[in-house]
Amino acid sequence: MFMAFLQLFSGFFKIGLFTVGGGYAMLPLMQQEIARYGWVSAAEFVDIIAIAEMTPGAIAVNTATFAGFRTAGILGAIVATTALALPSLLIIVPLSNFWETHQEHPVLKAIFNGIRPAVAGLIGAAAMYIGQTALQYDLLLSQKDAFPIDFRSLIIAAVVFLAVRKRNVDPIKAILVSALVGLIVFGF
Amino acid sequence: MRQNQKQRTASLRELFVAWFKIGLFTFGGGYAMLPLIEREVIDNKGWTDKEEILSIYALAQSVPGVIAVNTSIILGNRLGGVKGAVVAAAGVISPSLIVIMTIASYFDSIMNSVYVLQAFSGIRSAVVGLVAAAAVRIALASLKDKSAFVIAIAAFVLSAFTDVHAIAIILGGALAGLLAYYLGAKRRVED
Repeated sequence: MFMAFLQLFSGFFKIGLFTVGGGYAMLPLMQQEIARYGWVSAAEFVDIIAIAEMTPGAIAVNTATFAGFRTAGILGAIVATTALALPSLLIIVPLSNFWETHQEHPVLKAIFNGIRPAVAGLIGAAAMYIGQTALQYDLLLSQKDAFPIDFRSLIIAAVVFLAVRKRNVDPIKAILVSALVGLIVFGF
Repeated sequence: MRQNQKQRTASLRELFVAWFKIGLFTFGGGYAMLPLIEREVIDNKGWTDKEEILSIYALAQSVPGVIAVNTSIILGNRLGGVKGAVVAAAGVISPSLIVIMTIASYFDSIMNSVYVLQAFSGIRSAVVGLVAAAAVRIALASLKDKSAFVIAIAAFVLSAFTDVHAIAIILGGALAGLLAYYLGAKRRVED
């Protein structure tokens, strides 16, 4: 049993240490490590990703929790998830201390003046990607011959967009209400 | 000046609760958490602002690890040192632990429930609207001059239509910022 924890820890520590960009960028290495130690089967891994996508929380964290839990119960889940986050802690704390103290340095300021709009562009692209995957076809509900754009999804997205932009509605409320609306409109 | 307007301390409990909330209501990870972070960390708590969150995001994305966890560590560290960083990270991770372990225990019955799938379809649609609203808000806050506009468009096109990695795009933005700075400095000297 101790070996199982050790393997979970070292495996997910490695995943946390060597993947940059989070989320889907972490999945290939995760798949490798999972196959190496046989934590979960390949078919189960696909299920795990589907669940990690639809449940709250970061996808990589969810996957680590699931694999750890399946391998060694609650303690396994905690070990895997902690190991995944540990490299971040070790790397970022010193780095962000440096950034906080030198934030006002003109060169660092210039660099971040360039980085901020680049990130804004990345967010725009991500919004488009998220829109495409969520609206074009519904991963879980729709059949192959479904219409390319699901109008129910589109309307929910548009209403939420306007509610947040114009009325400053709390995103948490928007999510909860949309879950209810989903229950009703996708029931037909 | 801007520094002083931001709240510089927070109790560990406050940090944990704020990040627990973000972890609990973020569906999809990565940029999908932006609307929640904005609401909690900027609007409710004033720990950072619309402009600085982009720098924090760039930092979080350029180092190893999960973006959501990295973001929580940067802001936790600012408000409560290493302890704050650990507590914030624990906060954003805890909902995953609780939810995923529950689901793993009742895997088959949950995955076969049509009601669960319908509710999640509603949530996914909402996330599209939320992320779009966050994207618009951030674009309005960060695109202040012509060079920022050009960088943002270039980053958008590269990210949306090519396989160029996000880190390469962030590095490109850094280079462009440096270039604009030195060209601007030269111009000032010549004037």
